[in-house]
Amino acid sequence: MNKVVNSVEEALDGIQDGMTLMLGGFGLCGIPENSIAQLVKLGVKDLTCISNNAGVDDFGLGLLLQGKQIKKMISSYVGENDEFERQMLSGELEVDLIPQGSLAERCRAGGAGIPAFFTPAGYGTEVAEGKEVRIFNGKPHILESALTADFAIVKAWKGDTEGNLIFKATARNFNPMMAMAGKITIAEVEELVPAGELDPNFIHTPGIFVQRIFKGEKFEKRIEQRTVRQRN
Amino acid sequence: MALDKNGIAQRIAQELRDGWYVNLGIGIPTLVANYIPEGIEVEFQSENGILGMGPFPFEGEEDADLINAGKQTITARKGAVFFDSATSFAMIRGQHVQLTVLGAMEVAQNGDIANWKIPGKMVKGMGGAMDLVASAENIIVAMMHTNRAGESKILKECTLPLTGVGCVKKVVTDLAVLEIKDGRFHLIERAPGVSVEEIVSKTEGDLVVPDHVPEMKL
Repeated sequence: MNKVVNSVEEALDGIQDGMTLMLGGFGLCGIPENSIAQLVKLGVKDLTCISNNAGVDDFGLGLLLQGKQIKKMISSYVGENDEFERQMLSGELEVDLIPQGSLAERCRAGGAGIPAFFTPAGYGTEVAEGKEVRIFNGKPHILESALTADFAIVKAWKGDTEGNLIFKATARNFNPMMAMAGKITIAEVEELVPAGELDPNFIHTPGIFVQRIFKGEKFEKRIEQRTVRQRN
Repeated sequence: MALDKNGIAQRIAQELRDGWYVNLGIGIPTLVANYIPEGIEVEFQSENGILGMGPFPFEGEEDADLINAGKQTITARKGAVFFDSATSFAMIRGQHVQLTVLGAMEVAQNGDIANWKIPGKMVKGMGGAMDLVASAENIIVAMMHTNRAGESKILKECTLPLTGVGCVKKVVTDLAVLEIKDGRFHLIERAPGVSVEEIVSKTEGDLVVPDHVPEMKL
């Protein structure tokens, strides 16, 4: 089944004000840069964005925050972004902070048809407020519900025309679970190859989870914390 | 003299055991990797999706696709593996990781820890810390004994929003190694040249002090 669309415009067709989007990435690593740029261009507003982080002031989801396109963020860590902090403290932006492992599992559950699950993470903290608590093996756990999205937008290293995806290094992060949890999943890839060129033994995300795939025009791949060691 | 951040990391590294998988948090914990005792092998897990994390890359060899949970560029050791975030937290929640080292703003004598939010001032989020502390069997907190105003961060009760309850068993600070048992802190070691009196005066929580408190050997 050919999932290829020819442009980022075509890939993001149908995204409207007020929708819920999932966006892959950890910090600026493995984020769908081309799609984010297109969301800025489209100017869609009142978005609920589910993403581990919120980018930095001038890159990643920070670009959508600058344009006040996001109504609500669901994330685990939002440091490194002054505009985010300003909008949150002033109450302009609604923020739901959830433990990283729970965020990953809630996306996975959403894609896997599991409506909710119990986890020990967050028991006894603000995160547990209003949530059912149950004891398993003598230890308290809280009930967390699945997350899904109108569109999930992920970034992969290589993809084929069937939508099968391979990620590179730690740019994999949340992308595979979010790909599963989108009603429509869009994959932007660095290399797009014909079906049959990727070894089926080494596919990370099976194409069944992907509805649209396109080759990103340009990947800046910004580094957030450049740390190096000296050669002796 | 009180230890610096590297000294704290060096002391924590003495807790590493051969064959352990270890998750190091951001800040002082990251430095622990620089002091692995000779003759033992450990693998570092970073929750963004790598097992077998190596040192920082040489200049010019940074890869934007290869970072740790602190978003720093890193390298992968021989035998390293990459995985998605759900798999990563399966390792953590499923207790496949033997040791977690993380920082804290406050620790209480009942083992509670706070490290993700200062209401009205700083809200960065918990990241993976809540998952880590809720599941890890073996947690060491790396922190300074007091804040910049000189107030104790080793408390009877945490005042900040909690990250986890009753989970911390060991704390290594710039002044001391403390264990948490039976709802109290126990003084195990003191930093070289630091007096028991200084530690007692800078500890707000209940502290059990044995007759003899050995100095750390670094």
